[in-house]
Amino acid sequence: MPTLVFLEHHDRELQKDSLGVLGKAAELEGDVSALIAGSAVEDLAAQAGRFGAAKVFIAEDRALEAPLPQPRVDVAADLVRSHGFDTVLFGATVLTADVAAGLAARLDAGLNWDLVDLMQENGKLVGTRPALDDTVYVDVGWKGEPRLALIRTGTFEPVESGGEAEVERVDVQLEDFSTLATMLEQAHEESEGPSIEDADVIVAGGRGLGGPENFALVEELAKALGGAVAATRAVVDAGWYPYSTQVGQTGKTVSPRLYVAVGISGAIQHKVGMQGSNVIVAINKDPNAPIFEYADLGVVGDLHEIVPKLTELVNVKNAAHFPRD
Amino acid sequence: MKIAVCAKVVPEQARRIDPETKRLDRSGEPTLNPFDANAVEEALRLKGDDPGAEVVLVSLGPERSLDALRKALAMGADRVVLVSDEAAAGSDLVASSYALAQALEREQSELVLFGQQANDSDGAVMWAAVADRLRRPLISQVAELTVSGGTLRGKRQTEFGYDVIEAPLPAVVAVSDAINEPRYPSLKGIMGAKKKPQETVSLAALGVEEDRAGESGSRTEVYAVGDPPPRGETQKIEDDGSGAEKIVEFLLERKAL
Repeated sequence: MPTLVFLEHHDRELQKDSLGVLGKAAELEGDVSALIAGSAVEDLAAQAGRFGAAKVFIAEDRALEAPLPQPRVDVAADLVRSHGFDTVLFGATVLTADVAAGLAARLDAGLNWDLVDLMQENGKLVGTRPALDDTVYVDVGWKGEPRLALIRTGTFEPVESGGEAEVERVDVQLEDFSTLATMLEQAHEESEGPSIEDADVIVAGGRGLGGPENFALVEELAKALGGAVAATRAVVDAGWYPYSTQVGQTGKTVSPRLYVAVGISGAIQHKVGMQGSNVIVAINKDPNAPIFEYADLGVVGDLHEIVPKLTELVNVKNAAHFPRD
Repeated sequence: MKIAVCAKVVPEQARRIDPETKRLDRSGEPTLNPFDANAVEEALRLKGDDPGAEVVLVSLGPERSLDALRKALAMGADRVVLVSDEAAAGSDLVASSYALAQALEREQSELVLFGQQANDSDGAVMWAAVADRLRRPLISQVAELTVSGGTLRGKRQTEFGYDVIEAPLPAVVAVSDAINEPRYPSLKGIMGAKKKPQETVSLAALGVEEDRAGESGSRTEVYAVGDPPPRGETQKIEDDGSGAEKIVEFLLERKAL
């Protein structure tokens, strides 16, 4: 099964999820190839080699400089056709989801998305896809080749094998419509203060807070617990809290010792960013909120009542542990 | 400007996969995919007061989907085109995107809008397949959209921050649910919806060959449906005034405090 893994990069680094998928592909098959598309990206090939790629295709063009999907579909389609790849794998992101689906249409190829596992069963490739808010797991496959798959964020950890990849440059031929969309601006802010990715305890707020002013409740609880404050995409998009604190599919993936979700319904986009947390506590007034399906402890109730009381209790507890004299 | 909104009708409560057909049990009350309401709202906003503008809903599904699609007409959309054909049942991304693209080719709208995802399949990729088939530029995950002089500008969120992307019309745009708050249909809207044109077309009428539709046109398959891996015990309690205390007890028990 000649496999091609599409590698996404940002700030001159290959993305962790892409590398994780590369490692999985190498485990399943052995010799896998990788595609890196961009502008001046050749030096990333060595990193791909260290993480499992036997061969790296480098596609460089000015039209590939911005992370836009359509020219990448052209490059990937040419490569699949000319080299006969029967499997193309992607670590799912905003960019790669569009590349994968465009490629599926271009090649009339099957695409399975949101996979959390991939295995070979009697020579057949089988993917595992959670469905219906992760309440069922579905084994999915492909009727023909090429087989395309998007792997859910955070599924596979990169494995450094220390190999060295053969590098081949590909000829970039773009469709006329593929370069019509252009990137005007990229506001990729860097986070300020301690990163939520390193925090031991996280208290996260969602739309259920009702307004930006109520983030104070979350901040006070975080302070009492000695943790960091995080937010959902909904409240970040609404401008209540900065993007650098966002947990979820488009945002950060965190796995603290304790994650307290306040007023968060817990849709799948959020779940993928925090499901690795050791202990999850959720407070939400909607008893049907999906977060209760995976919170270790869920409390159905009014966060405006519960959170201040919880903060106070934690503060009392802290004072008891560290008595002032 | 003519705007086509691709909308999906989903079962109100999709809680089961049929073990026989391995397809989603669609017996639940059909409803407009809530994420598509954002696309309808955005189309109506762009249409504004322009009498020459039109918002047409394009959907793929069984005939009974029309009832649910009428919600978009009640919101203010002008008409519905429903691609409905038994041969289309079980279509995956490849097959559905082909049928949709054929229907959209017929409409020749300047803008094609999609909602953020289908809440039955969690699919969030259809637009990219359709854009490729239509050979049109694409902007996805758009949280702010402006159109001026035949050029679209979309602001969107990615894993790394915000992008601003520009594209000329005709184009395909997928909006995020952060873009707007969909309006509720007014009583007048609901009354008027029934009289608006609602057309059903077959695959043959769109030139979609049978082997490109339904299961024969699909390239993916489902082998088995099973339970998720067991996870730690979850408990859910109602706050009776002691919720905060219970959380503290739990945290102490789990040594998380």
